[in-house]
Amino acid sequence: MLKEVFPCLLSWPSYRRFRRATIRLGHVALNLEHYRHTKKRSDKKMAAEGRNVKPILYSFFRSSAAWRVRIALAMKGIDYDYREVHLRKDGGQQRTEEYRKLNPMEQVPTLIIDGHTLFQSLPICEYLEETRPEVPLLPKDPAVRAKARALAEIINSGIQPLQNVNVRNKVGEEKAHEWVKYWIERGFTALEKALQETAGKYCIGDKVTLPDLFLVPQIYHAQRVDLDMSQFPTIKRIDAALSEIDAFKTAHAIRQPDTPPDERPSSKT
Amino acid sequence: MSIEKSKSPIHSVTRMTSKPVLYSYYRSSASYRVRIALQVKGIDYEYKAVSLIKDGGEQYKEEYKKLNPMGQVPTLVIDGHTLVQSLPIIEYLDETRPSPRLLPEDPAGRVKVRSLAEIVNSGIQPLQNLPVLKKVGDDQKLEWAKYWIERGFKALETSLQETAGKYSFKDEVTMADLCLVPQVYNALRFGIDMSEFPTIHKVYDALVTLEAFKAAHPSNQPDTPADQKP
Repeated sequence: MLKEVFPCLLSWPSYRRFRRATIRLGHVALNLEHYRHTKKRSDKKMAAEGRNVKPILYSFFRSSAAWRVRIALAMKGIDYDYREVHLRKDGGQQRTEEYRKLNPMEQVPTLIIDGHTLFQSLPICEYLEETRPEVPLLPKDPAVRAKARALAEIINSGIQPLQNVNVRNKVGEEKAHEWVKYWIERGFTALEKALQETAGKYCIGDKVTLPDLFLVPQIYHAQRVDLDMSQFPTIKRIDAALSEIDAFKTAHAIRQPDTPPDERPSSKT
Repeated sequence: MSIEKSKSPIHSVTRMTSKPVLYSYYRSSASYRVRIALQVKGIDYEYKAVSLIKDGGEQYKEEYKKLNPMGQVPTLVIDGHTLVQSLPIIEYLDETRPSPRLLPEDPAGRVKVRSLAEIVNSGIQPLQNLPVLKKVGDDQKLEWAKYWIERGFKALETSLQETAGKYSFKDEVTMADLCLVPQVYNALRFGIDMSEFPTIHKVYDALVTLEAFKAAHPSNQPDTPADQKP
């Protein structure tokens, strides 16, 4: 019986062949195991750092702030998963306990990237700029960077917070339209003046920079309240130029997974 | 006026060294933030008062609006540039005078600090500044201001519970602290109960003992009314 179970014991040469084969296999097995173990550890580390993982963007098709980040991701060629957060449905999906854990301000966007959960559109854009510097969105010169950031902030803190969904809810349906129009007009008056000094083809010279990402969504909202844009020729001109750029087309509110059918572009365009 | 080489490792330029000029109102949050930044970085500057109340608001005068088209304070004239918007100004100071830093070195830390700053800068302050309160009207402005400050502070409190050490972000003073202190000053003026926000309160109490924060305080400015000086 022993010979059936251990044929290697039949003869010494046979045993030696068996032993060598086993050792080699053992080495291979050990190496394989080591490789698998190290790869598992490396994958786990990279997964923990989020680097192998596709970024996730929590967004609403029409949210200015989410739109800005969509443009930044498109400009930098970053593929991501889109997760809809409807700002009106069910009393506003941004108010759920689950979403609040991601974003305590109960706002969109939230971007999960590199293992981090990021919120606030301007800091998110700056993070993308620092970690993916190809296709730069900020100039190198500190003074010009300050100008770019200031133009972005005219919209980011000077206009948009005064006309977002939370404020419209607080002001009430009746007054919302006039309220929104007032603050956008006020902000655009200042922006038009500032742009007359800095603009070339785009907000700052002839390269797309951060303020361009803020401009386009704000103009969309201005048009929704029928603001007369002919008062702002520089803003209008820049908007037209930006709308030609692929990344801006991709990120547009009319082309998102959660864009309602009646807001999508017609098949003719 | 003399010319000296910049010591900035990031950007080597030749700078004019006439004193920077800060257009400020003693009680403006945004001016207060930039005053703290200038103090932290040891930058001597000339103070030019812009009253937001007198004559319907000096910030709306044609002459001032040439400097700052939004008709807001602060404006900082520095290195031959006219800078507006408090956070871009602070970022400029940090890039050109990097010591002591007001933003961490790593991108993950920087994004956290900027987000905390923006909770205040775009999430709270614009909703309770003077033009908005005027638009809302006298009988509703207090309730309106309290509503937005409390709402923003709830979010800030949650965020700080993850990031705060001695100050808003770990144990170093950052741009987030420069936004927190003026907003708490405003909150106290509007009668907000700060006991609901223990982390914010704790960080605030730690910061206001620092010399730079004391020097920048609204009660210590050239245009502080006599009855509000210490």
